[in-house]
Parts: sequence; structure tokens; C-alpha cells
Amino acid sequence: MGSFRRDKDDDDEGSTSLYQNLEKTSVLQETRTFNETPVNARKCIQILTKILYLINQGEQLVSREATECFFAMTKLFQSKDIVLRRMVYLGIKELSSIAEDVIIVTSSLTKDMTGKEDLYRAAAIRALCSITDNTMLQAVERYMKQCIVDKNGAVSCAALVSSYKLAGQAGDVVKRWANEAQEALNNDNVMVQYHALGLLYYIRKNDRLAVSKLVNKLSRNSLKSPYALCMLIRISCKLIEEENLSGEELSDFPMFQFVESCLRHKSEMVIYEAAHAIVNFKNTPSRVLSPAFSILQLFCSSPKATLRFAAVRTLNKVAMTHPAAVTTCNLDLEGLITDSNRSVATLAITTLLKTGAESSVERLMKQISSFVAEISDEFKVVVVQAICSLCTKYPRKHTVLMSFLSGMLREEGGLEYKTSIVDTIITIIEENTESKESGLSHLCEFIEDCEHTSLAVRILHLLGKEGPYSNNPSKYIRFIYNRVILENPIVRSAAVSALGQFGASCPTLLGNILVLLNRCQMDPDDEVRDRATYYLHILQTNKMELYKRYIIDRNTSSLILLEKALSDYLNGNFNDKFDLAIVPKAAVVKVETKDEAMIVSNNAVRPTKITREEVSAAKVMQIPGIKELGPLHKTCPTTQLTESETEYTVQCVKHIFESHVVFQFDCLNTLPDVILENVRVEITPPEEFEIKGIIPCQKLPYNELGSCFVILKFPEDVLHSAATFGATLRFTVIDCDPTTGEPDSDVGYSDEYMLEDFEISVADLILKTKKSNFNAIFDEANTEEWVEAEDTFALSTVSTIQEAVNSILKFLGLGPSQNTETVAEGTHTHTLLCSGTFKNGADILLKAKLALADGVTMHLTVKTTEPDVADLVISAIG
Amino acid sequence: MKMDGFLEPSLNIIKGMCILDNDGRRIMAKYYDKNVLPTVKEQKTFEKNLFSKTHRANSEIIMLDGLTCVYKSNVDLFFYVMGSTQENELILLSVLNCLYDSISLILKKFVEKKSVMENLEIIMLAFDEICDGGIILDADPASVVKRVGDLRNDELGIGEPTVAQVLQSAREQIKMALLK
Repeated sequence: MGSFRRDKDDDDEGSTSLYQNLEKTSVLQETRTFNETPVNARKCIQILTKILYLINQGEQLVSREATECFFAMTKLFQSKDIVLRRMVYLGIKELSSIAEDVIIVTSSLTKDMTGKEDLYRAAAIRALCSITDNTMLQAVERYMKQCIVDKNGAVSCAALVSSYKLAGQAGDVVKRWANEAQEALNNDNVMVQYHALGLLYYIRKNDRLAVSKLVNKLSRNSLKSPYALCMLIRISCKLIEEENLSGEELSDFPMFQFVESCLRHKSEMVIYEAAHAIVNFKNTPSRVLSPAFSILQLFCSSPKATLRFAAVRTLNKVAMTHPAAVTTCNLDLEGLITDSNRSVATLAITTLLKTGAESSVERLMKQISSFVAEISDEFKVVVVQAICSLCTKYPRKHTVLMSFLSGMLREEGGLEYKTSIVDTIITIIEENTESKESGLSHLCEFIEDCEHTSLAVRILHLLGKEGPYSNNPSKYIRFIYNRVILENPIVRSAAVSALGQFGASCPTLLGNILVLLNRCQMDPDDEVRDRATYYLHILQTNKMELYKRYIIDRNTSSLILLEKALSDYLNGNFNDKFDLAIVPKAAVVKVETKDEAMIVSNNAVRPTKITREEVSAAKVMQIPGIKELGPLHKTCPTTQLTESETEYTVQCVKHIFESHVVFQFDCLNTLPDVILENVRVEITPPEEFEIKGIIPCQKLPYNELGSCFVILKFPEDVLHSAATFGATLRFTVIDCDPTTGEPDSDVGYSDEYMLEDFEISVADLILKTKKSNFNAIFDEANTEEWVEAEDTFALSTVSTIQEAVNSILKFLGLGPSQNTETVAEGTHTHTLLCSGTFKNGADILLKAKLALADGVTMHLTVKTTEPDVADLVISAIG
Repeated sequence: MKMDGFLEPSLNIIKGMCILDNDGRRIMAKYYDKNVLPTVKEQKTFEKNLFSKTHRANSEIIMLDGLTCVYKSNVDLFFYVMGSTQENELILLSVLNCLYDSISLILKKFVEKKSVMENLEIIMLAFDEICDGGIILDADPASVVKRVGDLRNDELGIGEPTVAQVLQSAREQIKMALLK
């Protein structure tokens, strides 16, 4: 077998040797042949092919090499050989982005483009447009217009496609070709129709009226090209979406009727596009929905894998918006679970899981366990993600799901697969207190035999956080200490930290923990010893507040921004000490529901997301003088202070410090013919506030975002911290040339622009926190430093408990704990637990008991360390 | 954000096309979206991954790294067309069929690595005639071939059929016989 295989390879080499082991320098040397006269077409074609092959294999040419090669190629225009000429065009396109002075071939190409040889013309146009820049475009404009309406389809297509590509950089010029494109739309050639529609839409897409006229006209005289029809369906959908119609209005809307009529087209491509569009509208009436779903159902049983795939993908996507309709296809979907195409099978499973009712969970899990061993890791991950969202949906089913997951955890599998299972278990534990004990013990068993360091570390961290509050904390100690004996240094350090947590939170275990930590001080690894010493030292002090500050509640800075701040510091001077306070704290980000993850896209792992707030926070910390205000407490989400389509748009970002607030105004100038200077926002604060400083934006050219700032001091009285502000944008206007941006004169005139009022609400002053053991903390908060306030309210504006919960969280800006932000349907009482930190560092714990009876009644208990804060919170609700 | 469920109408449909040999090595590959697989290194890793997932399973379509890939193989060649995961799969399939059929017409049905390499320049031209910068230029194999295949007036260097070709055509014939 081995020798046979080698023979075959040798054979291959013989036939393809022409392109094997090519060397860039020697191939480029061969381009000298291009200079010979008469041109040896055959030889030159071969050399050109070699060059293009090399580039296609990923070889990079430097600018000089490309330029030399390009100029050698221009000699080949002498030859009349058609293939050679076409290869030259290909070469021009390939090298145009690297070589210099490529416009040298413009005249040769223009000649070919307007010549008689049809086989040259189309390709010459496309080559020409790859080397043309804005200034040259004017010169060829006349020819382009002619070519767009040329009777030869290929020429017309080439011209349209090239115009489409040019429209990105030279929109103004291409806009003038709209009439020609309109004419091309009537061409009999199907591809010309398609390209003309694409170009026309691109030119007019900002003119709503023109687009809807275009669609109305074209939807009547049926286009022949299926591609053009698909495009037209997409354009219609975009217009319909913007209309925001209700179900009935939708089915009477002419454009929608057009999409519906496409369901009866003869091309599968168009039928599918239409069905896909119809089911994607949220409020399609069921009368129209059912034929669309029947089509998808039909596709599900097609012998073509692509059709099945397309149908299941669409069903998967709309499973949440039209669950009832998708359920009608369940039988077909179940048939697809064993599909030979793995992508189809996985999509089918996840769709079923999404639409599965609570009662069918057991059956589905049984079905999955029958084939889970056969599928690849990649798909197992998708299944696990589907299970994860099932857990969130049906918290009562956690025992079934948890035992299934722990079974999966014990099987063979790669890191990614295991990580997704552990993630899911952790999510269940966090959201469902009942499942905590069993989840933790599954995880404990898992780390006994876990080869993945990163997972072991995460689980140990979780044990440290959750374990101390379980019914029997001591049983976890054995699992954790085993890690200290058996594992590598990274896991050992994590285990030591977990032990420290137990020591700080469980006074009964403190003695034992101290003994264990003492032993860890003998560890051969530095980090493990350091951590052991650190925890030992703090735990021996026996001071609760030290435990709290240095072990239990350690603030974490946003890691990405910390890294950036540190590298900036390393590049600066070392005279100043590094100040950790300038790095914003990591925000508690709510994990978004993973609906998107359920559609199989094994995207490369996304880099950790920095929120927009974190970015602007980092920006504001760089303003001179800001550091003196102390650490940044919170950055609030952006508020719009103008309508989005005005001359100037202004957004406000509020940065809250302990006793100051910094308003950051992001201004955008949308007028191309003016430059704004000295842009600042003048605000009228209530008298308790004191303006400390205004930092204007020096210059604001067209379409650039500039920021100006206002710094205010909060009133001494906490109760007045929330307030409303009026604002006016003031600036100096200087007229300028819209094309170059050069100012017409040096002097401008001042002008102003009224902005909408904005406010600092109580929610802005509070930073969300997420306490995983809310009840324990709440009960412990009865020492002297805590103040408690209570009140009862009748909430008249809301009619359901869920609405009440949503509005409490919104008004107070607190973070919910233990999944209490979702209210089970049909219940009449609910307890909401939430917590936050006030701008002066005071912890706020809030327990709201809600009851439904002719409106919602609420009993609020607030515990905090500052009396004024408690009053403020209560008043925010009142 | 608002256009959540719908694709922005655009002519740029194809994210990439490639032909690999039966060891997963690139013969021709073009990627048209500079946000998708921007570097050669990423492209090659993607191709390797794609090949390992598709060379055994004969199932026409796969989702990989945020792309929908339709594919087809013959003797020792693998043809792929890639698009966004939101894209209409049937459009991608029509382009794949056009790519394959055009090459099959050009090579007089001997679709295999040896003849592709021997006629590489024509294959390159065909590639360029089917898709230009992500825009479908033509999807009719006959018209693609008319634009590139006629250029050489039957000069195509198709020599003796190889063992693989003979096997392939025998297999086709058996298949046809069975179908009858």
C-alpha cells in the first residue's frame, strides 16, 4: 500500500511539475521574456500563469517587484493572442493594489474597452476600473455610460459591476449613471437585470421614495433573473420592516403581497428567499405564515442536503418568534436528527430543544443521549448550549438536565466541550439555588480527574465563592485540599485561594483552614506560598472588616483597560506612582441569553468585550485634572440629546465620581460646509450643584466626533443628588469648502443650538452588583453600621408583577440576585432581591415583596450603610 | 441592529471560492471580503479545517467558522463556495454548480487535478468570469465557457485518460445503468 501510494505521488508530480517548487525570484526573472519581439504568446501565458499561481498560493510581492512585473506586462499589449491579453488583464487586477503608477495602462485598456473585439471589452472594463482613481474616473465616464447600455450582455454586466465597486469610493460620479442603469434594467439578459438592480439600489438607497417606486414598478413586470428577484425581495423586506406595520396592515401591503407571490415562483432559490423573508417578519398573520412554513417543511424532506439545510436553518432562526408554527414541523425535524449531514442534524436538534415544551424535556434528553456519543465535539458544544437555554427556560427541570450534563462531563471530550458543560452547570447553579448543592458536588467530582487546568481553576474559584454558604461547607474542603496535594502550581494557587474564602466566611472551619494554609507555606512554588502567606496573615488577625475587604469582596478592575493603563505607564515616566484608581472597575455584565449561539456558528472565540462605557471611562480618565476627583464610580449609558437627523447630534455620557460628576458630550457635525470651533455645552444646573470646569472641543470638522466636558460638584446633601439639567450647545461657525474642508475665511460667527434636557437619576448613582448569596448577606447586615428603611407602596402604573420588577430595577439601577428578576407566570406573589453600591461606596441591599391584587402592592426593605441613601432609594420609588 | 432578521440588500454575496486537491492543498482560492479571513495564514488554516471536515463526508454543505460552505468533489478535486451564514444557500449552490460545470465543460469532463493544472490559465479566467470581487458575474456555465473556453479552439491538452479518469467514467456508467 505504501509503495503504491508513493508511485501515485510521483505520477502527480510529473503532471503538475510546472507549478511545483516555484521560486518567486526566478519566476520574476522570467518576466524578461516579455520584452522579446515578437512576443512568444505561449511562453508568456505560462509565465503569467506562474506569477498569478504564486500570488494565489499566498506569496507576497513587495511594491518594487510588483511594479517591475507590472511594467514588463505592459509590453504584452503588442500581442494579438486573446488568451494572453486576458491573462494580462487578470495580472493587472491582481497587481493593481501593490504596484505603483498603474494608471500607465489606462489608454491601452480604454482602447480595448471601446474596440471591436467583444472578448476583450468586458474584461478590459473590469481591469480598467481596478486601476482607476477618482480623478481618472471623469475621463472614462463617457465610455462607462456607453458600456452600461451596450447591447452585449457581458460588456454591460462588466460595466455595471465595475460601477458598483467604484460607487464605494466615487459615489458622486457613479450617481450620474443612474439613467443608464435604469435603461439596463430593461435588458433581456438576466445577469444585466440583476447587476442593474444592484447598482440602482445602491445609488438610491438613501432615497426611500425612489426605492419604493423602483420596487413597485419592478414587482409588477416580473423580472426574469432569479438573482434579481431575490435582491428585490430583500429590498422589499427592508422597506416593509421600516414601515412597522401590524399583522393585518402587513398582509394588505403591496410589497408584502409581492413577496408572498414569489412563493409561487418556479425557481427554488426565489421560493426559499420569499419563504425565509415571510417567516422572519415578527407579525406575519398566520394565513400567510402557513404556506411559507409548508414550503420549508417540504424542503426538510428534500433529497438535496442544501435544501434541507436551508429549511432547518430558517426554522431554527425563527423558533423563538413563531414557536407554534415551528412546532408543526416537529415531526420533520425529528426525522432530521439522524441526517447524514451533521450540520443539518445539529440544527434540527437545537430547533427541537428551542421549541420543546416543558413536558417533552425528558423525552428529548433521552433522544439526544442515544446519539450524543456519535457526534463530534463541535456539535456536542451546540447541544450543550441548547440545553443551557433550556435550563433557563424551565428551571424546574434542573434535576433531569443536571444529571444529563454530569453524565456528559464524565465522558471523553476536548477542552472546548468540557468548558461549555461546566459553563452550563455554573449558569444553572447561579440561577437556581435548589440545584446548587448537586451542581457543586458534580463539579467537585469532575475536578478530581480533570486534565484541563483552566477548568479546574474556574471550578475552584466557584467553590470558594459558593461553598461556604452551602449546608455542609466542610465536605468541600477535602476536594479542595486534594488539589493542593496533587496538582500543578496554577491549580494549587487557585485551591489555596478557595481555602482562604472558606476561612473568611466560615468561622467554624477557621481553625482547620489555618492548619491547612500553614502546610501550604511549604509549597515549592512561589505563587502558592505567597497566597498561603497572604491569607494566613489576614485570617489570623480575626478582623471581619479585613476579611471582607481583602478576601471576600475584592474589587476587580477591567482587565483589558488595566493592561492598557499599565503599558501606557511603562512607556511614560516613572516619577509618578501608578495609580490603580484610574482604571475603571469591571462592570457586572448580564450574560445575554444565548439564542444566537444555538444557530451553529462556531465562531472563533470573540475577544473579551469591552463595553462602550468602559471605553469612554478610560477616555475621561485621561483628561488632566480628573484624577484628583478620585476613583471613577460608574459610567452611565449614553443618552441622546438631539434628534438623530439634525445638523448637529449630541450624546451625553455621565461619569459619576464620589462627589463629582463629569458630563461628556459627544458631538457630531453633519454639515459638510462648516467647521465648528470652540464647541462647548452650557448647562443650567439646579443651584445646589457647582460647576467646577468646562473643557471645550477646539475644532469639529464635518463628520468627525468630538467631545467636550463639564465637571460639576454634587451637593453636600445626598437627597439632592438626583436632578434635571437644561443644556445649550454653543460654538463658532466657520464656513468651508465642502469638498476639501478648507475654511473660506478665518473669522466665524457664534451660534447656539438648544439641546434636550437630561437628568441624573438615582439609578445613575448606583453601580449594579451581583451577590450570589444574597439572603445570607442580607441577614448578616444587622450590625450597627447598617441602617434599615421600610415602606409599603401601591403601584398603580403597572398591572403585572413582572412589569413592577422591571421598573424597580430600572429606577434604582440595582443588580438582581439569584435570578429573581424573572417572575414565573401565573404567580401572585414574588420576592425581588437586588443590590448595588452607591457613589460614596455604601452598599445597598434591597428586598421587595410584591403581591398582585387589583394592582401591585409592594413592601420594600432597604439596608444600607448610610441613612441618607436609604431615604433617597425609598424616595426614588415614591 | 434593526435589520436583525434581514440581510442588507447588496450584490456582494460570495465570500470566497476555492479548489483544493485531495491532500487539502490549495490549487486556486479567492476570498472577497476583507473582513473575512483577511490574511493568507487564516485562509490556509480555514482551508485545512474545511478540508478535514468535508473530504470524507459527502454531504454538500457545512457551516464552519461563521461561513456557510457548499462543496462538491470529483476524483481528486474539491470545489467550495463560501457565503455568510445568513445567505440564501441556494444562491451559493447555484454558483458552485456553475463553477463545477464550467470547469467540467472546459476540461471536457475530465475534471481532475492533472488537467486543471495543465489548463490553469483557462481555469483562472473562468474563476474571474464567475465571480468578481464577491459579485456573481455569471452563473450560466455555457456562457462562462463561451467567454473563456472558446479562446483556445480545442487546443486543450487532454492526453491519454489516466487510471483515475477511467475508473471515474466507469463508475458513472455503472451509476447510470443502475438508475435505468
